[in-house]
Amino acid sequence: MAHIPDGILSAPVLIGGAAVALGGVTLGLRSLSDRAIPRAAILSAAFFTASLISVPVGPSSVHLLLSGLMGIMLGIAIFPAVGVALILQALLFGFGGLTTLGVNTVNIALPGFILAMAIGPIIRSSHSSAMRAGLSALIGALSVLGTGGLVALSLALSAPEYTPVASVLLATYLPLALAEAFVTAAVVGFLSRVQPDALSLATGAAAS
Amino acid sequence: MGTVSPMRPSLLPEDLRIRLIVVFLAVCIFSQLQSLETAFFAFIGSLILGATERIERSLWRRLMHVEGFVLLIFITMPFLIPGPSLFSIGPLQASLEGVARAALIGCKVSASVLLLMVFLGPIEPIRLGAALYALKLPESLVRLFVMTVRYVSVIRMEATRLHKAMRARAFQPGTNRHTYTSYGNLIGMLLVRSLDRAHRVENAMLCRGYNGRYPYAELSAPKPMDWFSGSILMALALGILLMDKIPF
Repeated sequence: MAHIPDGILSAPVLIGGAAVALGGVTLGLRSLSDRAIPRAAILSAAFFTASLISVPVGPSSVHLLLSGLMGIMLGIAIFPAVGVALILQALLFGFGGLTTLGVNTVNIALPGFILAMAIGPIIRSSHSSAMRAGLSALIGALSVLGTGGLVALSLALSAPEYTPVASVLLATYLPLALAEAFVTAAVVGFLSRVQPDALSLATGAAAS
Repeated sequence: MGTVSPMRPSLLPEDLRIRLIVVFLAVCIFSQLQSLETAFFAFIGSLILGATERIERSLWRRLMHVEGFVLLIFITMPFLIPGPSLFSIGPLQASLEGVARAALIGCKVSASVLLLMVFLGPIEPIRLGAALYALKLPESLVRLFVMTVRYVSVIRMEATRLHKAMRARAFQPGTNRHTYTSYGNLIGMLLVRSLDRAHRVENAMLCRGYNGRYPYAELSAPKPMDWFSGSILMALALGILLMDKIPF
């Protein structure tokens, strides 16, 4: 539900979104050394694949965003990774849009990046697995709700008539936030047991 | 699917660079149309283009994939905009204004989706890299894109294998902790294997002298026919924009 198609948003919102996305993508690319690009690409391919899994929540099912986890593993490079994934999604499945590429990138990447910046370091240094699980669940849930809030904001800023829909929209993000919280906690738990250095930023030149 | 000869005549420019520029500008124009008449015109135009290009049936199905909230906007719009009443459902009054706005949005969204489908649907993503590079996108972004495209198919196979292994052990997805933990482990494993793979790929690339340069296929110059069809399509889109700006 995070992909706004073409033809809905107003020009100022589209341009604003594109400008922020451009900044994020530029900084993200700059953070990747030449040698780190293949690694970042393979990671974004993995996240793209993971988001195709449909996870049941009650009677319906959701597709995970995993932006919190991406933020932890990619840092600011989450912006180009999400942008590339969105282009690919538009090409392969026809989801999303061209003019909304910037807005959609920001809506998904920004919450994940900010939350991972704020909470990620605590997760990496924590020695208690319960604490790690709780914090990763928090990152997962809040990044989804942040995306929901930004999508609602993009709609409300575009036209006042969208506002009622925007508030209903937020409620539909609750089940996804729930699933995302549990799955993110499980992934972080798995990685910290199996390969803890996977949780550190994968953008540096030589990690191993 | 009928038999499609490889050299079937097409209105679309074959050159990917021209095709990308045309579709980008056209979608920019379509997404900002203000009047219902022109938006309807744009929608019909894209529909005709789609019909003449003999798009595969699987692509048409994409039109059905409208996001939930677009549907919601479409349904609520008639009742939220004040104006002379057209019809009413219980206490709700649908205004003429509102119905027109909903139709405008519907036309713009479907026209844009149609254009994307007709122009980009048949393109293999892996071929796009050279075109994006030729269009002067940052080289590192193109490299990221090309490698992501390449490895999505590899990692999807990996994910399918892991999924099959789970099902073979009688995994039944449901709304419970066990399901979420299992999917978490699946994704975790996928990430671990991806990092392993990244390490191997990196070494293999270094062995072959990778120093941050990445070769791209040299694109031949666009054919005159590509320029011609590109400008015709562009003129049509600009015509719609003019119609939209000048009330008639």
